Amino acid sequence: MDISVFEVVGPLMIGPSSSHTAGAARLARAAAVIVDAPIKRVSFGLHGSFAKTYKGHGTDIALVAGVLGIKEDDERLKCAFAIAKERNLFFDFYEVELEDVHENSVLMTFILEDNSVREIIGSSIGGGQILIKRIDGFDTDLSLNSSTLVIRQEDKVGVINEISKVLAQYWINIGVMTVKRNERGAQACCIIETDSFIPKEVVEGLKRIEYVISVQAINAT
Amino acid sequence: MYRNLKEMLKLANEKQVPLSDIILNNEMKITSLTEEQVFEKLEKRYQVMENSVDKALEQALPTVGSLIEGISNTQNNYAKSDHTACGSFINKVMARALSGSEVNASMGRVCAAPTAGACGILPAVLVSISERENLTRRKTLESLLTASGIGAIIMKNATVAGAEGGCQSECGVAASMAAAAAVEMMGGTTEAALNSVAFSLMNCMGLICDPIAGLVQVPCAQRNASQAVNALLSADLALAGMTSLIPPDEVIEAMYKVGKLLPSQLKETSMGGIAATKTGKEIQKRIFDGGI
Repeated sequence: MDISVFEVVGPLMIGPSSSHTAGAARLARAAAVIVDAPIKRVSFGLHGSFAKTYKGHGTDIALVAGVLGIKEDDERLKCAFAIAKERNLFFDFYEVELEDVHENSVLMTFILEDNSVREIIGSSIGGGQILIKRIDGFDTDLSLNSSTLVIRQEDKVGVINEISKVLAQYWINIGVMTVKRNERGAQACCIIETDSFIPKEVVEGLKRIEYVISVQAINAT
Repeated sequence: MYRNLKEMLKLANEKQVPLSDIILNNEMKITSLTEEQVFEKLEKRYQVMENSVDKALEQALPTVGSLIEGISNTQNNYAKSDHTACGSFINKVMARALSGSEVNASMGRVCAAPTAGACGILPAVLVSISERENLTRRKTLESLLTASGIGAIIMKNATVAGAEGGCQSECGVAASMAAAAAVEMMGGTTEAALNSVAFSLMNCMGLICDPIAGLVQVPCAQRNASQAVNALLSADLALAGMTSLIPPDEVIEAMYKVGKLLPSQLKETSMGGIAATKTGKEIQKRIFDGGI
């Protein structure tokens, strides 16, 4: 049994809904970490049950809170709209129909300070658990229950080898490794779930590899 | 080590240990936590649980729409009287479950078990039985562990999201977790604990999710109360010696399949059940000035 009891009795959270409040906040917080750049504006496309009940569950508040980096058991979550205003983060909500996703899903479109656009699709699957399903055109299946590395690289021979060397150097054990290519370009996305906390030095070391475009570490809390 | 209740039971019988031992070992293996660390974490969660099922007993809490403001206090006062249909103990359990719901709806701090919508059920049962039977903290936390371990199996093999399976997946599963814990706390066998899981899910098979105005208040609070009682009565059925004709793993599977057959109107979209009644819609309009 690979599900921890603390996924079942937990998370400790601000109500009212673990899927529509806590899960939403966690999802948005993870997405913002993956985006890893100053955000000007975020558009939330709500799908399914998220779209139907978001106001009553505070899903909208929770999503904005997550993008602001507010944790799901933090009492400031309630005040996310006001905090966003203070920090000049603009946001909007709309309904959308996404294909082949869980009932509680959201398409997050981030418009960054440099006007580039990032898109992440995620689902809140119950009990505060989340799944990141798509990062900028790459299909993924990330629960983020273990510390995870999201690496974007040019699709060249030898990059994976260099990545594993860096991880081995810092005694990071690889649990699950997925490498996918983007059909539309010559880019690949390498996702690594690890057994241990990923320190900043590892991220810096990976960034120095030739052909690596970006690296984010999302450490499990 | 185990993938379902049948395998869990087999391990427990082979090693001649209670379920909580099997679950503890699994937890230590997958998280690399020590026994002490696991119980520390459980203690932290249990404290939040205790607070949540106590906070609204003596005071009403403000909530969006105020649909359930003060219901825990009302039930708690009634529970103190000599003249109730179910008796003081059951009414106290219900008052506690209602408190969990009220704290949750007021955007207070709760422990999802397995979800926030169901957060009153397991704590109400654990706190009440522990208090009445005068159990040690350790014993109560072991039962919390048992409840969670069973919840993990249901999470893995079925669902705990109302949007996917209806209220049976949230409050029903919470009831099944609490039932097993109750059996253990009352000194019942592992087999009885697993039978109580089957009974609690059978007793709410097909339960829909129809929240008025999309809030987690009505009928959620009432279902926290009723499913806490479902947990206790299912525990008693099992403790008396009743066995489930259908193995608990198959009942879990049935719950999952029934959930998939439920139309989306009955799964947390507020488009069916009491949410879609004339009054339900009027309430929605009143709170949201024209609806969601």
